[in-house]
Amino acid sequence: MSVAKSLPHDSGPLHVSGVARYIDDIPTPANTLHLAFGLSTVARGRITAMDLSAVRSAAGVVMVMTAEDMPFANDASPAAHDEPILSDGTVHHVGQQIFLVAATSHHAARRAARKAKITYAEEAPILTIEQALAGNSRFEEGPRVWTKGDVDAALKAAPHRLQGRLEMGGQEHFYLESQAALVFPQDNGDVIVHSSTQHPTEIQHKVAEAIGKPMNAVRVETRRMGGGFGGKESQGNALACACAVVASLTGRPAKMRYDRDDDMTITGKRHDFRIDYDVAYDDRGRVLGVDFTQYTRGGWALDLTIPVADRAMLHADNAYLLPAARITSHRLKTNTQSATAYRGFGGPQGIFGIERVMDHVAHALGLDPIEVRKVNYYQPMAKVRAGGAGDNSTPYGMEVRDFLLHEMTEKLLGTSDYARRKAEIAAWNAKSPILKRGIGFSPVKFGISFTLTHLNQAGALVHVYQDGSIHLNHGGTEMGQGLFLKVAQVAAARFGVDVSRIKITATDTAKVPNTSATAASSGSDLNGMATQAACDTIRERMAECLATLHQTTPDKVIFADDRVTVGATEMDFSQAAMTCYQNRISLSATGFYKTPDLSWDRIAGKGRPFFYFGHGAAITEVVIDTLTGENRILRADILHDVGASLNPAIDKGQVEGAYVQGAGWLTTEELVWDDKGRLRTHAPSTYKIPACSDRPEIFNVDLWDGENPEATIYRSKAVGEPPFNLGISALLALSDAVASCGAGYPDLHGPATAERVLAAVKRVRG
Amino acid sequence: MTEITFLLNGETVRVAAEPTHTLLDWLREDRGLTGTKEGCNEGDCGACTVVVTDDLGVKALNACILFLPQLHGKAVRTVEGFKGPKGEMHPVQQAMIDHHGSQCGFCTPGFISSMIAGHQQGRSDHDVVLAGNLCRCTGYAPIIRAAEAAEAAESPSWVGDDSAEVPAAPLAFAPETEDELAAWVEANPDATLIAGATDVGLWVTKQMRDLKKVAFLNRCADLREIAIGTDSIRIGAGVTMTQLRELLGVYHPSYAEMVRRYASEQVRNAATIGGNIANGSPIGDNPPALIALGATLHLRKGAARRDLPIEDFFLDYGKQDRQPGEFVSGVTIPKSAPALRVYKLSKRFDQDISAVLGAFNVTIESGKVASARIAFGGMAGIPKRAAHVEAALVGKPWSEATVEAVIGGFPKDFQPMTDMRGSAAYRLEAAQNMLRRYFADLSGSAVNVLEVHA
Repeated sequence: MSVAKSLPHDSGPLHVSGVARYIDDIPTPANTLHLAFGLSTVARGRITAMDLSAVRSAAGVVMVMTAEDMPFANDASPAAHDEPILSDGTVHHVGQQIFLVAATSHHAARRAARKAKITYAEEAPILTIEQALAGNSRFEEGPRVWTKGDVDAALKAAPHRLQGRLEMGGQEHFYLESQAALVFPQDNGDVIVHSSTQHPTEIQHKVAEAIGKPMNAVRVETRRMGGGFGGKESQGNALACACAVVASLTGRPAKMRYDRDDDMTITGKRHDFRIDYDVAYDDRGRVLGVDFTQYTRGGWALDLTIPVADRAMLHADNAYLLPAARITSHRLKTNTQSATAYRGFGGPQGIFGIERVMDHVAHALGLDPIEVRKVNYYQPMAKVRAGGAGDNSTPYGMEVRDFLLHEMTEKLLGTSDYARRKAEIAAWNAKSPILKRGIGFSPVKFGISFTLTHLNQAGALVHVYQDGSIHLNHGGTEMGQGLFLKVAQVAAARFGVDVSRIKITATDTAKVPNTSATAASSGSDLNGMATQAACDTIRERMAECLATLHQTTPDKVIFADDRVTVGATEMDFSQAAMTCYQNRISLSATGFYKTPDLSWDRIAGKGRPFFYFGHGAAITEVVIDTLTGENRILRADILHDVGASLNPAIDKGQVEGAYVQGAGWLTTEELVWDDKGRLRTHAPSTYKIPACSDRPEIFNVDLWDGENPEATIYRSKAVGEPPFNLGISALLALSDAVASCGAGYPDLHGPATAERVLAAVKRVRG
Repeated sequence: MTEITFLLNGETVRVAAEPTHTLLDWLREDRGLTGTKEGCNEGDCGACTVVVTDDLGVKALNACILFLPQLHGKAVRTVEGFKGPKGEMHPVQQAMIDHHGSQCGFCTPGFISSMIAGHQQGRSDHDVVLAGNLCRCTGYAPIIRAAEAAEAAESPSWVGDDSAEVPAAPLAFAPETEDELAAWVEANPDATLIAGATDVGLWVTKQMRDLKKVAFLNRCADLREIAIGTDSIRIGAGVTMTQLRELLGVYHPSYAEMVRRYASEQVRNAATIGGNIANGSPIGDNPPALIALGATLHLRKGAARRDLPIEDFFLDYGKQDRQPGEFVSGVTIPKSAPALRVYKLSKRFDQDISAVLGAFNVTIESGKVASARIAFGGMAGIPKRAAHVEAALVGKPWSEATVEAVIGGFPKDFQPMTDMRGSAAYRLEAAQNMLRRYFADLSGSAVNVLEVHA
């Protein structure tokens, strides 16, 4: 069967030959216009004068637009209508789009955009969490608070109690392909949009608003993105709308791609967080109650800050059964880029909070941090399903019924040789005054489903042609994660054919409508099921037709090994398709899926927001230099749960990539804004994602052998986001190395740059 | 407009172009070869990497900051040109497919180019070969598996074809000898001199400056000479950082190790020692090392030549002791300096600009400090010696106590600034600790996290 096979990425041969097409590679007619935005140079204020004459007269410029020139909606926001495509006269961050240039070339547009003379009445920007709290600058009316049990009583009665504060930075997506859109005008002012987006339906929706047409006038196509990671869930709206407006006004194709510096200056990033904690625990490190206060900078517009902050709250427990918990979340509005979706979507920030608590408690008690984690774990799946495990509910009231981390932790401790290495590291450190090694463990339990319940739906469209070739389309988008291949493997399995029979096609809003973003790790869960439904509809029709022809029953029609067996007769799949066609059987079907058993009240913080949980665990070893704080990952061992994998090679690739990206978030990737709100790290020269040699020299990644107890596609589990969290083990290992330098607690924040590690070394030495 | 001639994927092309037209723009917009990608347009991500063959051999270069005249007479191969005449994959391409080395695929053409250049050179230090190629999807592990798997495969003949010389007529603005260059620069003192374009390239792609008058230096063969004497080595200004790394590997291994981390393979293949000095950046990595070595800088204006200690070249931030019409022609370093250590501190080990670059060269005679040359980058508006610390060291016994006693002199020598690479306080502390590291290093202690393995 085609599922569970480690097939290489379907676009691999195209990638390596340079013929896989991205937006900027699509041939364009000679009259295509190229667009660039003029950007705000101040963080907050009002535009008092705007002289664009030099822009208009610059070489190659065809058109210059400001907000007043926008013919219809001037809004790029996913929902809140608070993100003008072109400034309405007020500016809210450095890099906000103020005007639009259409020119005969990309360079002409960019050069012209720099010639504007704009004067502002500047106001003092709100940049930090403290400033936002002082000014009560926030989204929603006040903090969101969810509780379980009586935290105050637990804290008061605690045998041990400690408090702390953890800060963690945001993260630039650094998809290698910057944002891009290309729009071709059609009859009657309709448009075809090529967009590098994870969310074609939202692009369709926003473009329709911008050109004053219903959604049926807009067709959005996305073949592939050069990386997404959440950064293309909503951040492509402005470009696509701008191109569509220009195309509809001029009748000429319009293309826009952000230069890297512009991309990093304009678009949102991962939310940075500050988490204050107050925890009660016993002698074994068992947490009796914890009070978390999460603060996040959402930037200037709402975008996805509410669900991101919700997911941070939803993961404040991570893998640990908390008898009492209070989670308070402040969603702050600041004059910075509007923070957006990024792999994990707040989950990693929430998880880092409780992992920090575990680390701090273990340090305070002088216990092995893994032992402390184990006494706090949720009850194992088998025990819960047998009944009698007692309370095993999350702070939001969902019973955890599929917890695997007891077994996974034991296995990983063995395969990674943890105990021996820990002792060996301690001995090594005793003899090494300048360099110190450390080892850290972190588990993840990650909730799978969109927390906005209605998004948990997907559609697919499948055609079987009379020659037996199969055309597959679904609402998911391909950003490198191998979704198209995994879903094609599902389709091939349903028809019992080789994957080579399946034509993978670009996501297209004209084929499958009303799609959700390919996000929340849900791509294969949702689209795999929808595709299965479509394939099964066709297969059942074929079976019925063939059974009738051969005087048997449909259950005697077997699709396997690229052949169809009908009772005693056997034929090639192509022949079966031709026979069905000649018998006037419809060989085209849609499929639809919605995730069952979800209910969620986000205001109360109660319900079952997730269909199931994905798990993983990592052990990372590092070395630090106590003179400069320089540090390096030496080894990582990972065991990750993807249920019954649809494609182990693709899934393993996701785990490896996610770990390195997660470790990057907490080590070298530092976003720095100055006191004027200017992002100083707006290019790869200053913003440092992991390079080749930053991956662990020894890197052992294994998939847990199991299957999803919930009825997901072939019992697989989502893989995109959960392993990102395993990068937290790198920071915990650094903390361990620092802790070997003295008696104090390292109190290490993220990202643990060399500078922060050195400061922590000094701190523990007192 | 001047006509440039080069081989592109085995075919001779003649291009009439503005001197600052980049290869990447020409490939994508004029030639319709869109396999080569724009990731950052500043030479930091490697998505635009192409393979260039010239008299120095096969090398990877970033097409985004490579001006067309730099290719005159050379051979270029892009990702579209690696398959065989019958469409057969290069072994590196096949290995990348088989080992799941591509996910989103956008960085892949650049990786393929770097890997094939490395393969052609017989390299197995893949982390170094690929330090200038960023991938955000894979975590690099499968790419390295692919590179290792392809190591033993024979290089296909069609890639080797590029070694043939491409006849190319001299260009008006690309002198062929140092004498020609000297005359041209004297006559055109307002011109911008372009060697590797790893910095000037960004003036064009990022600052969008119009460079009115330029000269390309890469055709000056005698500017690329390395003369090894009895006690010293004279290095021509046009020597690339790749050539320099090879040279230093023999004579000054600590400096060579710094150069390994200096930018990336692609940048080292283009950048020159002269460019890094003449540019005068306070965060250029060569000057502190050269100052610690006591190097002599060679300047030339027309027929007039003058030499000066390299530290005297850097007058103030953005200001060097270079007259209009004068250019850096070379630098001379001692052949031996066993106590030289060069420490580069940056957020990321590979391909990052230093927060602090410390270079130490202390000579000890009979247990006492006979001389001390200590220089830093990133600590002031210019690369600068730690004069107070040096003075305090000389004549003292070389001991931990001495190090601790003199370390307080650093704040007198440096008042660094705070920026995105580090705070002023961290820079100062790290600089001081580098002296402690230097003492430990010379005493044989383990001081390098890159030498620790699990």
